[in-house]
Amino acid sequence: MKIIRWMFFCAVFLVTSAANAALEIEISGGSAQQIPIAVLPFGGAANAKENINEIIAADLSRSGLFRVLETRGMANLPISPTQIKYAEWTALQAQAITVGEVESVAGGRFKVSFHLMDALKQTQLAGMDYQIAPTQMRSTAHKIADIIYQKLTGQAGIFASRIAYITKTGKRYALQVADADGYNPQTVVSSNEPIISPAWSPDGTKLAYVSFEKKKPIIFVQSLTSGSREVLANYKGNNSAPAWSPDGSKLAIVLTYGANSQVYTIDANGSGLKQITKSNAIDTEPAFSPDGAWIYFSSDRGGKPQIYKVLADGGSPSRVTFEGVYNVSPRFSPDGKALAYIRNDGGKFRVALQDLASGQVQLLSEGSQDESPSFAPNGRVLLYATKVNGRGALAAVSSDGKVRQRLNDATGDVREPAWGPLVN
Amino acid sequence: MQYIHKINTKLIMGLSLAVLLVACKSTPIAPAKVEDKSPAPPVATAKPADSGANTGAVKEVVADSNANNAGNNPLKDPNNILSKRNIYFDYDSDAIKAEYRSLVEAHAKYLLAHADARMVVQGNTDERGTREYNLALGQRRSVAVKKALNLLGVQDKQIETISYGEEKAAQNCADDACYSQNRRADIVYEGD
Repeated sequence: MKIIRWMFFCAVFLVTSAANAALEIEISGGSAQQIPIAVLPFGGAANAKENINEIIAADLSRSGLFRVLETRGMANLPISPTQIKYAEWTALQAQAITVGEVESVAGGRFKVSFHLMDALKQTQLAGMDYQIAPTQMRSTAHKIADIIYQKLTGQAGIFASRIAYITKTGKRYALQVADADGYNPQTVVSSNEPIISPAWSPDGTKLAYVSFEKKKPIIFVQSLTSGSREVLANYKGNNSAPAWSPDGSKLAIVLTYGANSQVYTIDANGSGLKQITKSNAIDTEPAFSPDGAWIYFSSDRGGKPQIYKVLADGGSPSRVTFEGVYNVSPRFSPDGKALAYIRNDGGKFRVALQDLASGQVQLLSEGSQDESPSFAPNGRVLLYATKVNGRGALAAVSSDGKVRQRLNDATGDVREPAWGPLVN
Repeated sequence: MQYIHKINTKLIMGLSLAVLLVACKSTPIAPAKVEDKSPAPPVATAKPADSGANTGAVKEVVADSNANNAGNNPLKDPNNILSKRNIYFDYDSDAIKAEYRSLVEAHAKYLLAHADARMVVQGNTDERGTREYNLALGQRRSVAVKKALNLLGVQDKQIETISYGEEKAAQNCADDACYSQNRRADIVYEGD
């Protein structure tokens, strides 16, 4: 099974050894104030396949907000709160400590218990027990990492969420879904013809996407649980750029039913087609605002491509972006306060983030062919497509621009990322 | 990069080693859901999108590559202009250049003489810019070809215009000679 994997990167620090030469570990950035945390090995986990503490530690490190402390060589490695000698950990500047155990229980299952302790106050911040099947060890670790993240940063964790993306290996295209750390990739659909523009339904159970399998772009909606899929739109010409409304009841799509690409809305069951934009220009890449009131889209109605907005049930559009000669692919932050898009900055296509209240724009990405920005469900991170040595790769950047990561596919191109919603 | 910090070498090496070991295993599919009161079923894979889907579908033809099955079909006779199917455009342009006039006229004549014939015009762009925006740009080129055919009397019902955007583009072009190959509309007939 092919796994794409996050890498920390930058030129400052490069670890190589015979054992891990295939894996480039580089790190770039990090929050100014990282929270030092000791994530201790879980007790009794010998018969568990996954090292749960290492999955948690990797999640926390990757966020850039934590400094995970080395625990190897420590004389005491407690597995329950009462065993913790706090002075040993505060000496390492630990602000928080996690301890836990994995026990085998009836039916080949595991009981996972964990405690998050405040190292200074010596009090418990969170504690949980889970009864799980062996296959749920990774997802349980992500859940625990989410709880730690939430308790210590005050914001929702995203480690248990999933991402979708397109791979191209040889001539084969595949829409895949993986855990947010790149593990557990599963193919949703594959084809010898291109697949583009995956879009998660707000409840995370379905993906809309554009497939060229019939030698033209057609929009499908596919259930991730049953695998059943329906044609959402197959009109004469192109059918592309699906974007779900926040309540999941309809999608904005782009058709070339007349001649130019125009924005329409369509009910999720494929009925109720309605034309939203009516221009002689290109109108494409629609995105609903989180309150569902607006559809933002790219258009060259003013000459060069810029971002415009129109009421979700139609009306007269108004222009949103004014700087630069090419601003496309609008994507809202989950709180609706910021808009990410792709700007052509002197021939380099980069992810830009615009504060909608102030109008201030920050260029977040550093590539030259970056596209498809997608916010993590907590709004702290943007995933996007980039090119590394001519090959498609995914990258992520924190919304403050300080932490950067890359997600590579060892054997092919990876592109068109879409970060799924927080579920359960 | 304002905030550069060091990470613990040993820990990361340990982590990366563990990551490698895990990566080598064929991990069974079992997504999400921590407490398995109602275990989430794994993501179901749809049948490969193109399995058995090709009967009657439009097939791409590359000009000059059909010498073997030319037969009496003028569309596939390499000596017939109808076997020429690619129209190239200038940068940022959807204007059909004079050199393609005879090609367009020949296809118009064929469509007028064969009322049952159906043509798809596929627009293409180079890889610069976003995929969906390029899909819209490529559409302009296919529409330009359709309009030229319309002016010669061909009905809309015989022509469908679509776009592949940058999906068929040569990748990692270093110069305009490479890019220009992607600024193209391709003519494909039903049954090709």
